[in-house]
Amino acid sequence: MRFAVLQFPGSNCDQDCVHVLSNVLGQQADYLWHKEESIGGADAVVVPGGFSYGDYLRTGSIAQFSPVMNAVKAFADDGGLVIGICNGFQILCESGLLPGALVRNRSLQFRCEHVHLKVPTTDSPFTREVPEGKVLRVPIAHGEGCYFADEAALAKLQADDRILFQYATEAGELTDEANPNGSLLNIAGICNDGRNVCGMMPHPERASENILGGDDGRLVFEGMLRHFEAGAGVGQAAAAAAEA
Amino acid sequence: MKAKIVITPKKAVLDPQGKTVQAALEQMGHDGVKAVHVGKYLEIELEGDAEAWRPKIDEACHKLLSNPVIEDYHFTIE
Repeated sequence: MRFAVLQFPGSNCDQDCVHVLSNVLGQQADYLWHKEESIGGADAVVVPGGFSYGDYLRTGSIAQFSPVMNAVKAFADDGGLVIGICNGFQILCESGLLPGALVRNRSLQFRCEHVHLKVPTTDSPFTREVPEGKVLRVPIAHGEGCYFADEAALAKLQADDRILFQYATEAGELTDEANPNGSLLNIAGICNDGRNVCGMMPHPERASENILGGDDGRLVFEGMLRHFEAGAGVGQAAAAAAEA
Repeated sequence: MKAKIVITPKKAVLDPQGKTVQAALEQMGHDGVKAVHVGKYLEIELEGDAEAWRPKIDEACHKLLSNPVIEDYHFTIE
């Protein structure tokens, strides 16, 4: 499987993602500069963390106008797998690929620590490899990770089972104490309507090897891999055309 | 000619900066501070016709300068 890892000016988790995808999972992972106008035939896109464009104006707001994002939108519309991590989540929300927005942490603090994540659904390429009921332990590192969406959008996320990750206690309980940033419904990650685009604030690429204190994050990438290997990663339109 | 744009957080969005500034104002001894909202102010220097700019600035506010999910905006061109 071939992953394209985007690079914007200010991306800083791109190398971690390429390392995990290539050295840990044994897949092909290539950097893709934000000025490219095509994703070059990749099977999945990773929008990594960092501070694209210095977080000017709002986090993720300028990156949506990079040429590569038009290609990413077309790829996502066609059913291609896209995951945005941390600043990548912010970019996907600002680009309109995911609903809602990430605002300043309620505490106003930059939070850099391990959190526990409840996985409410395994019905997505990103959570399908997570054993039922398993609580993940993955680090966060952000100042603007407080998920906000209006009531209608939140109700739709819940009704459609599109909340993929929620800040929780080690036992998987959703509490205010376990919520590091004030996110509504303790949301740490969601997916789009087509379930092929995921955004999450925690960093699975920083928790994919035991030498780094745990490998729960690896399940997210392995899910994408299994999904692709099952033949669903070629894009819904392409798959439909193949069936016809 | 300048477009002067004010962007503020929507009422439904938690504004921890505003709350912190409010607490500091109270700490200074100011009574009667009901609420503080921290937003952004932008000035864009323009040339050409003000009325022609108005819809363009509105579009820029909607698509880039503010995020309608979390922010409101208003502007003048003068």
